[in-house]
Amino acid sequence: MMLCVKDLTVRYGSFTALSGLSFTVDEGEWLMIAGPNGAGKSTALAAIAQSAPYTGEVLINGEDIKKLKPAERARRVGVLSQNNFVGYGFSVEEVVELGLYSRSHDGSRSVAATGREEGHYEKNDISNEERLTQALKLVGMESQRTQSVLTLSGGELQRTFLAQVLVQDPDILLLDEPTNHLDLIYQKQIFKLVSEWLKTPGRAVVSVVHDLSLAKKYGTNALLMDHGALKAQGLASEILNKENLDCVYQMDVYQWMHDLHSVWED
Amino acid sequence: MKKGNGKFTIGMYAASIAVTLFVFLLCVRAGSVDVPLRELFNSPIIMSIRVPRVICVALSGAALSVCGASMQGLLKNPLADGSTLGVSSGAALGAVTAIAFGINFPGVPFAGTMILAAAAAFLSLLLILTLSYKLDHTLSTNTIILMGVIYSMFASSIMNIIITFASDRIRSIMFWTMGSLQGSGYADAAVLFAALLICGTVLLLHSNELNAFAVGEDNASHIGVDVKKVKLAILITVSVLIGVCVSIGGTIGFVGLVTPHMVRIVVGPNHKRLLPISMFAGACFLMISDLIARTLLNPKELPIGVVTSIIGSLVFVYIYARRKGK
Repeated sequence: MMLCVKDLTVRYGSFTALSGLSFTVDEGEWLMIAGPNGAGKSTALAAIAQSAPYTGEVLINGEDIKKLKPAERARRVGVLSQNNFVGYGFSVEEVVELGLYSRSHDGSRSVAATGREEGHYEKNDISNEERLTQALKLVGMESQRTQSVLTLSGGELQRTFLAQVLVQDPDILLLDEPTNHLDLIYQKQIFKLVSEWLKTPGRAVVSVVHDLSLAKKYGTNALLMDHGALKAQGLASEILNKENLDCVYQMDVYQWMHDLHSVWED
Repeated sequence: MKKGNGKFTIGMYAASIAVTLFVFLLCVRAGSVDVPLRELFNSPIIMSIRVPRVICVALSGAALSVCGASMQGLLKNPLADGSTLGVSSGAALGAVTAIAFGINFPGVPFAGTMILAAAAAFLSLLLILTLSYKLDHTLSTNTIILMGVIYSMFASSIMNIIITFASDRIRSIMFWTMGSLQGSGYADAAVLFAALLICGTVLLLHSNELNAFAVGEDNASHIGVDVKKVKLAILITVSVLIGVCVSIGGTIGFVGLVTPHMVRIVVGPNHKRLLPISMFAGACFLMISDLIARTLLNPKELPIGVVTSIIGSLVFVYIYARRKGK
């Protein structure tokens, strides 16, 4: 079990944004967290990423994430957030390069400590420069590597930060609406890219998604949330069903999706 | 936009050193007493008065600029600086308090003033950031600057009260609010040099972390920066350096605000280049300002802060207009 979340609760003053969320993620799994606005999806990710104060437990390979040093944590958990505004005119490659930070600051890490397979480490023999170029190529930003991030579109910026987290190369990837700013081409590309990334042993993905079709197509498992609480969890193919979705979204979700699709039919 | 994205060469550093040396020589030579270049370093007046003063000015400029650049990166806030955040006023208040109440450490000249100035600078920063955070959890630029300006006025008022009651022991209000390095000697230069060497090194070693903060604090945390520890280390370092500068030269505004902006236009925002080049640029900026301060109305001398504020505000308006698309 790579990620184990126990009784995760987040309170802001008297407001409970998330209450008693528990779930586990195994190697090779892609957990989709879905639900309406304000369901606590992003809050859950923020808490796991240690960006929000919480009670409960988050275990990475059995170890309490709070006990890990920041650099060790970053080697295990990578985050792609929803909003990434950069204040200064850094170049694309300078932003991506920051993903290498935990590599140079995590002295204690050994293969044994990571629980990764031996074979998996072959790809880690490549130099940082190659790693950088590879990530930039994967997200389609290589030709813009020296461009200032202030001149990028929302989608380009999102892909830049995706490249950063790919360079970071964590075991678990947390994605908060990864295709938020992206057009269809990159939406498809990024979901394919992440599912490729996931094929390497010792990896798992948790993502918050609004697009239920994407959740069902790519997710192995899913959580349905509403008002800060878990409503259903299980295999994505099973729990993203009419009954659960209608209940959580309080509308006829299937009908709406059907209506949307029907505009493309002759 | 190529803004310093190309490989930065050693040439830029060589050029910076050359320009700084040139400005240094110019400032040592020019002044109320004109000495021929050949006899420059044989003249007792030059060697005992002007050289140490210009060295102090250069070191202060470098120190204030590297502090400004670091705070602007750390807080992801292009308006952050010792003077806008109220840190300088806080330091001045600390220094004045130490002098007025005779707080000192036996055997170490001006240690009391400096330690209190540095401590007050740090406490001021902490207070401003805490108050800003309480008011606005996003720590937005506007809130921090507003708190800084208000705190600055508050600290200056308290300082003025102390100066009024202890005017026999404390230099004029003008010195503490506008700064001056008139009469500073080699001992001051040595202290400034040591502070800059230590604090500058600490800041330079945090270039990577400052880059991460400048991209965003959340992002810094995600990539594995120990956010709390690094932030505290940088804030303490900056406070110490500003504290030392203020206790020697009073509060000199705008150097730390404007210099990093100008440097960023040339070398880009990467702190690996921004910090060292800002030191050279800050040294030159302050040496030239000091030259103007002591020669413009010769034999009367202007407080250096008057000159930096005039030049600084004009440059700042220009930079801001340029950024906003003319």
